Formats: sequence, structure tokens, C-alpha cells
Amino acid sequence: MAADAPLVLGIETSCDETGVGLVRGRDLLVDAVASSVDEHARYGGVVPEVASRAHLEAMVPTLERACRDAGVSLADVDAVAVTSGPGLAGALMVGVAAAKALAVGLGRPLYGVNHLAAHVAVDQLEHGELPKPTIALLVSGGHSSLLMVEDVAGTVELLGATIDDAAGEAFDKVARFLGLGYPGGPAIDRVAIHGDPEAIAFPRAMWHDGLDFSFSGLKTAVVNHVRAHPESSTEHVAASFQQAVVDVLVHKALKAAKAVGAKGLVLGGGVAANSLLRTQLLDACEKDGLRCLLPSPAMCT
Amino acid sequence: MLVLAIDTSTPAVTVALHDGAEVLAESTTVDARRHTELVAPAVVDVLAGAGADRRDVTAVAVGVGPGPFTGLRIGLVTARVLGAALSVPVYGMCSLDVVARRVTAGGPFVVATDARRHEVYWAGYDAAGRRIDGPSVGAPADVATDLPVAGEGPRLYPEAFPNAVRPQYPNAADLAAAVVSGSADLVPPDPMYLRRPDARPPGAPKPVLAR
Ligand SMILES: [Zn+2]
Repeated sequence: MAADAPLVLGIETSCDETGVGLVRGRDLLVDAVASSVDEHARYGGVVPEVASRAHLEAMVPTLERACRDAGVSLADVDAVAVTSGPGLAGALMVGVAAAKALAVGLGRPLYGVNHLAAHVAVDQLEHGELPKPTIALLVSGGHSSLLMVEDVAGTVELLGATIDDAAGEAFDKVARFLGLGYPGGPAIDRVAIHGDPEAIAFPRAMWHDGLDFSFSGLKTAVVNHVRAHPESSTEHVAASFQQAVVDVLVHKALKAAKAVGAKGLVLGGGVAANSLLRTQLLDACEKDGLRCLLPSPAMCT
Repeated sequence: MLVLAIDTSTPAVTVALHDGAEVLAESTTVDARRHTELVAPAVVDVLAGAGADRRDVTAVAVGVGPGPFTGLRIGLVTARVLGAALSVPVYGMCSLDVVARRVTAGGPFVVATDARRHEVYWAGYDAAGRRIDGPSVGAPADVATDLPVAGEGPRLYPEAFPNAVRPQYPNAADLAAAVVSGSADLVPPDPMYLRRPDARPPGAPKPVLAR
């Protein structure tokens, strides 16, 4: 790595984690994260005001920790970047205000980065240059989106998005309903391994309709099924629900890839840590001759 | 000495710079929805207006509220991060006290600001301007008074606060002057929310299935 490459500090507060990253050139030096997941756990989902309060408290300590871990000081920073959306408005504002203050205080330029493009950029840091064009499937508690990426700094086109709940939100709500805890993604993943994904035929919403998603009907279907069949096993319900979500995500991602003639597919967002989604996406890409890039689970949020 | 003061606890985004002898520059814009956009440029403007360099700042002061949460946090995170970037201390002061410093009532008075949801943030002061009650949050009818009342309260709830006095909003120049004078009750730069986060925890999630 070039020691004289510019040092960029990035701030991310779009959801329930306060993130500060330091990048020199194309090398990620450090990625410091403070999470308010435990505080949200008692509410069974992300509460915007709780997240915003936590961002304010975590901001300066996380900045300081990132610099300490990277062996630099704030004064060494050449530019500041911040995710400017989409995300929770009140939470985003804390990060944007912090980034602006940092830029003013250091006398350095500030760049706003679309949160979704930032996910893709993270992947590029891990895997090097992305094949062009690439489809990005971003799934988290805050968004479920399909993007076409020509290049991270320039053209990122939104092809499809959820029309109601984000995929991660559906995981959270169903996990809470099943009494499996929060965050819902890993909780369901753990239990689903022991269940039969074909035990219950949950709906695959909007299967033939464009590239948008809908997950709120699926959540309702789970609730209705369990009320009608209180004897059914949690493992089977979790496995069948997870299968329904993953089927839709993989199906739409490949449909998008075909539509734009993409050569690669990247996965990002918190739900990218889901083991079923990872394996099924890898298999599907292999069949269609697409290069599939999966972030390491730690980089997913 | 060069004190940079910021308050975003009300619709006013107010920033000022004080050199220990006088206020060198100040900027106040009333716009409840644009705190994030306005505050950093206001800091730049105030520094430029005073012909000062950011590295000359020796302390940052910030109004800690009470005030509507989202706007309040913008000022606090700005002040804290500036403190870290400039390696200078950050002081807090109750924003109602900042309003009180500009009141000339000639007797006891009250400061009441908008807390949304049909409530006000308020505090009571004696003739010398010392806070003797509050800060608290409550319904206008419950804190109604004939005493002089500063802040937005009288404009929003004239039946509860018929005796309006100026100012309506805090001014960062008063905050900076208070810090410089050493006569203010300074507190850590922590938000005064006075309300818990909106959400109430749901009842313990009950497993619905036989496990
Ligand atoms: Zn995300």
C-alpha cells in the first residue's frame, strides 16, 4: 500500500450501528463499530430514537478508537466521507452532522456517499475491482434493494426495492413472534437448520412482478399459520419462512442480472450473513455463469 | 481565549464566537427543519466573519437543551466532534438558562419553549435571573402563569402565558458570554432529554409454539 495515499475517514450511522472506517488508498485500515443492538433487543426491533441517542453517545469514542487502532490521529485525515442515506433519518443526521463538524474542524473536504453504494464499495475493498456491470443485492433491517453498479463512485442505478418491510425487518418480526430473540436473522438461521424448509408452503410475494420485493404478507402468513396450527414446530416454521425469503431474493437478483447482462453479483447488508442466502446465491450464480462476491460476515453491516 | 458557542435546542440555529472581551461574530437562523444543513456552515461563517482560524478556538460551548431531540442532537454532536477535532474542551449549559440571560423582566420570570406534543419545556427564575425551578416538561395548562414568560411558549399558548417577554429563542452570543464570564452553571455536553425514548418495550415476547 502506498503510505502517501490519501487517508479517508468514513462515518456511517444509517441504522443501529455507529461505524467509523479509515481507508488509505484502497486499503481498509480499521473498521470500528459501536452497536446499540442490545438496547434494541428489549424492544424486539430497531427503535429510531434509541438508535439516534446511541449514535450521539458513541460518535466521539468510536472516532477515537478507530484512530487509535489504525495508529493515526484525527489530524492525519485527508478527507471525510459519510453515508447520506437511505436509512433512519434521525440516525443519519447524527452521522452527517458529525462528519460536517469533523470536516470543518480539520479543514478537510467532506463527501456524501449513498449508503447502498457504500455497501458495494466495501465489497470492492475486499475483492478488488468489480466486474462490469455488477448487480448488488443489499438486504438488511433498513433496506432490500437491487442495484446495477457500473462503478461505485459514479453510476449506481436502483432497479428494485421493497415496497413494504425490509427483509431484515421481516426476520426481526418473525423471530420476535416465534420468541427467538433479536436480531432476527441469526436467531432464525440457528433454529432453521433443524427444520424442514418445505414443511409449510409460505407465499413468494410478487414472484413475477418486476424487481421489487414485498415481505409484509409473508410475515402475516407466518402469524396466521401459527395461530391456526399451534402444534407446528418452531424449527419447521423458521426453516420454511427463511426459505421463502431466500427464494425471492435469489430469484429477483438473478432476474435483474439477466435483464442488464451483468457479469457479477455482490451481496451486502446485515442479512448477507445468513448462511442459506449465501449458499443458495453461490449455487445459482455458478449455474448462470456469474461471478458471485460474498462479503465476509463481519463486513455485512 | 476564543469560545465558539452553538445552540440548536429550538427552531433557531445559533452560533457565536467570543474572544473573552466581546462577541466577534454571531449567526442565528430560525428554521426548524434544517439544523443539519445550517450549523456547520454557520460555524464556518462565524469564524470567517471574525477573521479567526479554527485552530485559534480554545473552547466550545453548547446548549444542552431541553429541546426537540433530533435538532438538539445536531448541536451536541457538532460541538463534541469539533472539540475532538480541535483538541479543546467542550462545555454545556442549559438552553433555558441561555434564554434567561437576555430577559429583562425586573422580577421573577419563566422561560417556556416548545416541547411538541402540546407540552412545553420550562424553568422558573428569580429577579436576579437565577434558576429556582425546573427544567421540566409539562402541559401549558399545568404550568400556566401570569409572570413574564420568555421563549416560544407565549406565542404558542397565549392563554397559559399571557405575559410574553423577549427573547423567543436562545442566542449563542449569550451562551458564549456566559462561559467567558465564569458566572454560568456549566454542565457536561450531555443532552437534557427529560423524556424517555418514545417506544415502550413490548410485553415479554411469548413463545407461541411448543418447542
Ligand atoms: Zn445497510
